[in-house]
Amino acid sequence: MSVLRERVTMVWLGLMVLTCVTTWGLSKDLFIPAVGVVGIFSIAAIKVSYVMLDFMELRYAPIPVRSAFQAWPVIVAAMILGFWFATPSLT
Amino acid sequence: MSTISDTEVVTTDDRVTPRRLPGVDGVWVAIGADSVIFAILFASFMQARLHNPAVFEASRHTLNMNLGGIDTLVLLTSSWSVALAIQALKRDLIDRVPRYLLGGALTGLMFMVSKSIEYFEKFAQGIRPATNDFYMWYFTLTGIHLLHVVFGTSLLSYLWVRSRRRTYHSLQRVVPECVASYWHLVDLLWIVIFPLLYLQKAA
Repeated sequence: MSVLRERVTMVWLGLMVLTCVTTWGLSKDLFIPAVGVVGIFSIAAIKVSYVMLDFMELRYAPIPVRSAFQAWPVIVAAMILGFWFATPSLT
Repeated sequence: MSTISDTEVVTTDDRVTPRRLPGVDGVWVAIGADSVIFAILFASFMQARLHNPAVFEASRHTLNMNLGGIDTLVLLTSSWSVALAIQALKRDLIDRVPRYLLGGALTGLMFMVSKSIEYFEKFAQGIRPATNDFYMWYFTLTGIHLLHVVFGTSLLSYLWVRSRRRTYHSLQRVVPECVASYWHLVDLLWIVIFPLLYLQKAA
């Protein structure tokens, strides 16, 4: 078992890169707030999805259980963004 | 003769194995329930923010974003280390299991130290949960999550001690799988809490 060739290692590297992109990239004022926030929460949903599939091994779980858990990041991100767009602008 | 449909089996590494949930089903019920509770907390936070976006935005800027980002990297690394421990167990590479579990426990400890530093910073600035709605939510969400981290780190430490005695192997891995699944939940909850509190800029 070579750690570098493990799928979980590839996923971990991807998650680390995505974290750096959101924390030190999308959160800056390079983008309009809507673009930044949609990008940040879309990436968060993708990260949660990969944690579920590869770290929690839901990729190999019975389909109904996997589908139920995979709905969680989608619903949570959609809910947060729904509230965000409904919130009055500060300007 | 019985047949197995495509939805009940999965092909991994040229092997066909039945689809299964790691650990025991009860742990997944608890993980599901915890996920729903946190989703409701996230919705409640967003609803509170809806009524007072200016206070939430001003308060958000006082949080240490760099430390929050590093916390995320630490927890991801912790989850990865625990996932490697389970992979090693499945292949009966039991000499490697303790070191991966120790990696998971130590990174959990790092997260706890980092959160303590952050809380001390806030208290030194005179910030309390009662300061305003944002800080009430900040301390509630990070506090409940921190309790999960403390519990998970304790479980990983217990597994580490047991694995040093070579207790676990490919045919005896239910307990490590349950703890690992719970630990990954702790990781994924932080993946949402961090942008929710630290990165969510106002329109």
